[in-house]
Amino acid sequence: MGTVKTNQPEGRTLPSVAPPMGGEVTDPAKQFVEVLEAIGGRAYIVSGWGRIATIIKEEYTQQHRIVSGCKELAGIAEVKDRYEDPHTLENVDLAILEAHFGVAENGACWITEDRMIERALPFIAQHLALVIHKKDVVPHMHAAYDRIGRAAYGFGTFIAGPSKTADIEQSLVLGAHGPCSMTVFLIDEELSDAGFY
Amino acid sequence: MKDHAHLATEFNKDEPRVDWHDKTLWFIREKRDKAAGRVPEWEWLRDTASAIKENVLSNLSEYLLQFEDHATQNGVVVHWAADAKEHNEIVYGLLKKHGVDKMVKSKSMLTEECHLNEFLGEQGIEVVDTDLGERVVQLAGEPPSHIVLPCIHKKKEEIGEIFHEHLGTPAGNADPQFLTHAARLHLREKFITRRVALTGVNFAVAETGEFVVCTNEGNADMGAHLADVHIACMGIEKLIPLRQHLGVFLRLLTRSATGQPITTYSSHFKQPRPGQEMHIVLVDNGRSAHLGRKDFRNSLKCIRCAACFNTCPVYRRSGGHSYHTAVAGPIGSILSPNLDMKKYSDLPFASTLCGSCSNVCPVKIDIHEQLYKWRQVIVQDGNAPVSKTMAMKTMSWVLSNPSVYHTAGKAGRWFMLRAPFTVNNGLNPWYKQRDMPEVPKESFGEWYKRNRK
Repeated sequence: MGTVKTNQPEGRTLPSVAPPMGGEVTDPAKQFVEVLEAIGGRAYIVSGWGRIATIIKEEYTQQHRIVSGCKELAGIAEVKDRYEDPHTLENVDLAILEAHFGVAENGACWITEDRMIERALPFIAQHLALVIHKKDVVPHMHAAYDRIGRAAYGFGTFIAGPSKTADIEQSLVLGAHGPCSMTVFLIDEELSDAGFY
Repeated sequence: MKDHAHLATEFNKDEPRVDWHDKTLWFIREKRDKAAGRVPEWEWLRDTASAIKENVLSNLSEYLLQFEDHATQNGVVVHWAADAKEHNEIVYGLLKKHGVDKMVKSKSMLTEECHLNEFLGEQGIEVVDTDLGERVVQLAGEPPSHIVLPCIHKKKEEIGEIFHEHLGTPAGNADPQFLTHAARLHLREKFITRRVALTGVNFAVAETGEFVVCTNEGNADMGAHLADVHIACMGIEKLIPLRQHLGVFLRLLTRSATGQPITTYSSHFKQPRPGQEMHIVLVDNGRSAHLGRKDFRNSLKCIRCAACFNTCPVYRRSGGHSYHTAVAGPIGSILSPNLDMKKYSDLPFASTLCGSCSNVCPVKIDIHEQLYKWRQVIVQDGNAPVSKTMAMKTMSWVLSNPSVYHTAGKAGRWFMLRAPFTVNNGLNPWYKQRDMPEVPKESFGEWYKRNRK
């Protein structure tokens, strides 16, 4: 510590992190979906929880153990407040969790541990689905941290797409250690049930 | 100890492999360019990141104390290690305290720098590297050749062989999808059964005491959230002042590294989960001394994206192992001499000084200028290789004596014309991988004399 103090140079001031103007995104949700699909994820714009439940029943027919932190999905998933031991989540096929918001520039969703049931869950599940509201997509990471602000959390993470690796000759493989697929449901309150998704 | 030039010569024996290595890395460099080009304020991001890191270096002692305070308040145990030995002993002490002899580890170049795996191996501790690329080189008994892509030098057939031998996959299967799945099953068992997980740190925030770990595979999270004890090891230069600064660095890091807009996981660890122990080891290992070297200190701004590796014409054609150090490439060539100037005196010469590294660096480190400055320090301290010193002395004698210079030029042309074998052979380093130029009939001096008569 003493050496650090002696050797550190004269004080330099901190710059502002407000990004320069220009290049504003007109439709963050649209960009979010495009980027998410480009990085191997999937997106559905839906009218509400009922529609999410229907899609899950239709799409995830092979997934036997579905765990969710969303009480709205109690009809189709195991919904608990906590598990005594995260190792018991080893055989979860699909985890459905509600994230706080999405980031248009990189397709990431921000989620904190209070919405994960267990910290291990979004990583140990074979497949992951996150739910956000369409209005909750911020344009870039500066806006993301503005939104997080001084929030208190023990653990939080940005998740962008499925777990992946390109360590073998740069061939992209989805499903390294974590989920093999990652789906984001964007709830659009203005969408009617009869509408498109 | 073989130096970079010798190790690079060995790598260059297999020419098609060198071409393949070169192209693979250039492909990643091109992906980086595309990703950077999509962000209109890219240069502003680089300037801002550089300025934040300058501020960090000038207030490092204050930020370190702030970070220690906040992390401790968060329930994390903070350890200080002056050097690699202390770091390794702290980690070993924690394992011993918990009576554990097996550990999973996610990528940490710091633990490579400290040779943690070897040390723990000697104490009877089994360490499993969980990043796929790191697991490959670990099974092969090699160090990583690249800080982001540890087994970039390996062909898929070789990886298939290694997995056949160690994981029992069918011989001859070299399909990346299949091999990755085999590694997934093999490593899942390790994640489920290990009680201690060690991770690296990408950024640590002084304001909040939290640290951020970025992975695509999710291996750091799988390890940390399933273990009873999480140990995170970081160099003291990984600090940033405020949480909002993460916005700047997370935008730059992965775009510079692989051309992705962000890693799959950017995990913010602030408190241990209930019942878990969390430790942070802050490691100096020469960094505080480096901070005192005015010309070289700003290499401590490095965020380990490896953009300088992927763009470097020397790295691409000599391979990571030719640098014989944990962090290879241009940035490793300016960081390593600080650790051991004699051992790494060859590395600042492993460059063409083309400056491409400095141009792609997301935190604007003047890498090629520092390479040039290290050469001067190394020569002044008498650490330059003998052949180079002799050649330079001969050169300066020839260039300072006009008659010697003219005679030498004439003799050179005569030999190249009439006895080309005297220069077109393996003894002439300029002849390696190139043809000698066509010999001019006369020198410029002779031409000038003839035309001005």
